[in-house]
Amino acid sequence: MRIAGKGLNPDGAPLSFTFDGKPYAGREGDTLSAALLANGVRLMGRSFKYHRPRGALTAGSEEPNALVTVGADARQDANIRATTQSLYDGLSARSQNAWPSLKHDAMAVNDLAAPFLSAGFYYKTFMWPKAFWERVYEPIIRRAAGLGALSGDAVEEIYEKAFAYCDVLIIGAGPAGIMAALTAAKAGADVILADEDTQMGGRLLAETGEIDGHAGSDWVKRQLEALAQMDNVRLMPRTTVTGVYDQGTFSALEQVSEQNAPLNTPRECFWRITAKRSILCAGALERPIAFPNNDRPGIMLASAVRAYLNRWGVAAGKAVTVFANNDDAHRTAMDLIDAGVRVAGVIDSRSDAKAQGDYPLFKGAQVIATKGRRGLQSITVQDANGTHEIETDCLAMSGGWNPSVHLTCHMNGRPTWSDDILSFVPMDGSIPDMSVAGAARGKFSTLECLEDGIAVATAAVTSLDLKPQKTETPTAEDTPYAIEALWQVEGKGRKWLDFQNDVHVKDVRLAAQENFRSVEHMKRYTTQGMATDQGKNSNVAALAVLADATGRGIPETGTTTFRPPYVPVSIAAMGAGSQGHGFAPERHLTSHTASVDRNAPMIEVGLWYRASYFPKPNETTWLEACNREVNMVRNHVGVCDVSTLGKIDIQGPDAAEFLDFVYCNTFSSLKENRVRYGLMLREDGHVMDDGTTARLGPNHYVMTTTTAAAGQVMKHVDWVSQALRPDLDVRFASVTEQWAQFAVAGPKSRELLNTILDEQIDNDSWPFMACGDVSVAGVQGRLFRISFSGEHAYEIAVPARYGASLFGLLTTQAEAMGGGLYGMEALNVLRIEKGFITHAEIHGRVTAFDIGFDRMVSQKKDCIGNAMSRREGLLDSEREQMVGLKPVEIADKLTAGAHLFVEGADAVSENDQGYVTSVCHSPTLGYDIGLGFLKDGPNRYGERVMLVDHVRDNHVLCEICHPVFIDPEGGLARG
Amino acid sequence: MVKLIARTACAGLLPKTIGTITLAEIAAAPVTLIAPHRGQKKATSDALKAAVGVGFPAPNRCVGIAPRAMWCGKDQALLIGVGCPELRGTACIDHSDAWAIVQIEGADAVAVLSRLTPIDLRATEFKAGHTARTLIGHMTGGITRLGSQSFEVMVMRSMAGTLVHDLTQAAENIAARAVNAR
Repeated sequence: MRIAGKGLNPDGAPLSFTFDGKPYAGREGDTLSAALLANGVRLMGRSFKYHRPRGALTAGSEEPNALVTVGADARQDANIRATTQSLYDGLSARSQNAWPSLKHDAMAVNDLAAPFLSAGFYYKTFMWPKAFWERVYEPIIRRAAGLGALSGDAVEEIYEKAFAYCDVLIIGAGPAGIMAALTAAKAGADVILADEDTQMGGRLLAETGEIDGHAGSDWVKRQLEALAQMDNVRLMPRTTVTGVYDQGTFSALEQVSEQNAPLNTPRECFWRITAKRSILCAGALERPIAFPNNDRPGIMLASAVRAYLNRWGVAAGKAVTVFANNDDAHRTAMDLIDAGVRVAGVIDSRSDAKAQGDYPLFKGAQVIATKGRRGLQSITVQDANGTHEIETDCLAMSGGWNPSVHLTCHMNGRPTWSDDILSFVPMDGSIPDMSVAGAARGKFSTLECLEDGIAVATAAVTSLDLKPQKTETPTAEDTPYAIEALWQVEGKGRKWLDFQNDVHVKDVRLAAQENFRSVEHMKRYTTQGMATDQGKNSNVAALAVLADATGRGIPETGTTTFRPPYVPVSIAAMGAGSQGHGFAPERHLTSHTASVDRNAPMIEVGLWYRASYFPKPNETTWLEACNREVNMVRNHVGVCDVSTLGKIDIQGPDAAEFLDFVYCNTFSSLKENRVRYGLMLREDGHVMDDGTTARLGPNHYVMTTTTAAAGQVMKHVDWVSQALRPDLDVRFASVTEQWAQFAVAGPKSRELLNTILDEQIDNDSWPFMACGDVSVAGVQGRLFRISFSGEHAYEIAVPARYGASLFGLLTTQAEAMGGGLYGMEALNVLRIEKGFITHAEIHGRVTAFDIGFDRMVSQKKDCIGNAMSRREGLLDSEREQMVGLKPVEIADKLTAGAHLFVEGADAVSENDQGYVTSVCHSPTLGYDIGLGFLKDGPNRYGERVMLVDHVRDNHVLCEICHPVFIDPEGGLARG
Repeated sequence: MVKLIARTACAGLLPKTIGTITLAEIAAAPVTLIAPHRGQKKATSDALKAAVGVGFPAPNRCVGIAPRAMWCGKDQALLIGVGCPELRGTACIDHSDAWAIVQIEGADAVAVLSRLTPIDLRATEFKAGHTARTLIGHMTGGITRLGSQSFEVMVMRSMAGTLVHDLTQAAENIAARAVNAR
């Protein structure tokens, strides 16, 4: 029921919304739960396990019951707390875990079977038969128990990630946080004040107490205005600090917009905040009392009843009762009476309790029963005079307050028990450079919080060598906190502890009885403290019950571990931006646009995008295009962008010696303007990478690496230079991106190049493995006569800005000669035909010996991996070594990944002789060929071996051959 | 006589104005990576200063504007906007085409970059003339502060498209926030 004139926003604009399809009216500034209560809707959800009717227990982010689904399809958000969901016009919310409707939920039959469904029921019952768990039991249980569901559609909304830095991070903007922020900011510190609520102010927005003679909310407004004026203060409302990590790093979730915002607006932002100091002013959470059937809609925390009344102008009932073990809760009765709401009684468990106003007080009394299936109707109170039944539709309960110590425990700190407030308080130093102020460390009066905020912030800025200015403490209430222990009330019916997981007192006792006595074991056995509220409402009470059941004190029993995140964080926020083009950087070649224009399918090679093949209009398969491109290179000329290969410019007086150390073969003997193939080993003696290195001057080389290992090799040479050979004076830098480089391969390659080079070349000026500077259509470039196809071939490089232009020019010229572009598929066939290796072969487990390059590991000098490559077993002829393979029946198809067996042997791992690494159809030879590794392979040429591919069900009898299939003498490349 | 046509890294992608910020490609060429050999840093710095007016920068610093020398790694700097003079005892490597360089300028420049880079961009910590090798989205790159609301962001040339995409997305989010967030 809305009370006219009450609340912080009494003139808020009217908003319409629906809940389970039914239209309601709310007003600007409401939360969904406030608006529902204003409409007299108490039933908001069904519980997780027993499908019991539930309403809002709280008015904040700790809400365990009122979880709803908001929106639909791709914009559907499940498990949204109605207590934190801001109302907007047109909001559509649905209840969860109920069928066919919230009022008539078929699965509520679970509640009747409750005696059989106690804690540990699943573990005991669904043990046998074993196979039934996954196929039968789990699907049934999943359907019966649960919360909201995902839509199954990909998220359409935008989420953000961001970073922020400050001197002092203040978490929570209640009285302590606001005073801490003012104090730190006035001292000149860079301050971030983060608060989870839509409006800053904490409990000051929900209570009627005054500060400096003004309403708390007015005082808050003025302080926030002052803070907003300061350049060194950043206010972050709706931002929940969710975790604490090393080195003063915090995660925080900002709710940027509601579900109805335009799709271009971020929904949430996941912040990483780094702070020199932090001050936790997270306040405290009120805890329930475990009395029989304490979970009916209408039973809520006293602090929530006050919040709904004072902040949103909503009376949670027409005849309200209060049940408490502390003075603080009596305020609830006073506020309600002031607002004209009838208070049907205050039940105080303390025999010395005093009424603070005109309401019926039951001293030394307890609520022992409640009635009302879908909403509270009455309670039964027991005191020294017997039992009394009271008609009431709202019971405000308070078992005391728990300081929000959660963040102080994120780095393994444990809170300590305080007998004064009967709760846990944070230990000093639990988080480096974090201090705690206000209710979060058990200082419960408003004045104490204000004072503490000033004191703690003063200490923090002093430790930063800043000069704090004197800050006056405002005047405020300073009522002492008076409480007497009351954890559970005996009586018939279940006494709920954890509303979210349907755990009650008996479950905890059962855990203790079955010897799950450690608090961590009890948690797992009963599921208490799990799910979205993470036990915020139930932890302290549950362990008090456990302590009682095990005959230990609460401090000895201890708490479970609070872990991040403090509130649920959507995965979309944590992965913000990493979808679509944001998933990974796309490295585009200078030929990219031209390749795409020719309909070349682009394949990802690491982060690079390379053309797979260049289809002609009449070609229907990739193989047709590939075969044509191979034949084109073999017979005419082909052009391929090879800029993705890593290029490292190496200079210095010791460059040659450095290369001799990095490569297993020798580069100091390489002549200037010549290129040599090099093989690089890892420190463990296995092959790391290969490539060609050109000597451009006496102390100047350019190394090329494979595309895949470019980053790894760059890191490796850095490591070698800095850590292994700091004695060598050598400098290097990646020039991969500087040069656009194109392979020009085929019998007509020189003829093509001579159409674009400013000075003609011939076999004498540019013999095989020559290199040097050239002028390409007026641009200074480099030419290397190297071949990865076995043909007469070159690679020509120009600064990348000319890459697209040169690519176009080469294409036009090649096509005029009967040639053209070729892609990765053809490049692969050309190199397999020639027996050249790639990382398919040098996959990390092979040695130079295995690929037939052992003689390249020079024994005249040392190099990385040399000694290790000589280890026993690494030079054994029984090792699997590289061979070529061809089918005995030439129509048979080879498959990569297949294993090799002796003909007639069972195809089982014990008989494994080797495996196939690369295969292709060779248009040059007219049949499939492959490369693989085979035990004693080089001594078995001409023998037959069975290729077995269990995955593709392929069996092919192969002939073992030399891995170089065409032009074994290499005459073509030299020609 | 054929002639090769030059095309910059961000050609066709920039400039753009989004909300309060503008993105523009910086045509920086010539760019030379300078790496003095052992014991040559001072001599290199002096020679640079004499020839082009800027010395070899300290780590995380960028000296000069046009031309400028920008630290870019251990004992390495990029000389930007002027041809590399003769520097004995120094490896000089042409990097004119190795980078995509974008200037981001405007009131929300820091807010936009804070979406992409983990470094502390507060004006008190990252001043004009400060530079950092860092992450920009998923890319490694460099960020240099040119002025209070102006930064230079550089990544490998091949990633120009992704850089523009990431900056654009971040800027659009900030602009949409200003309009639509509560």
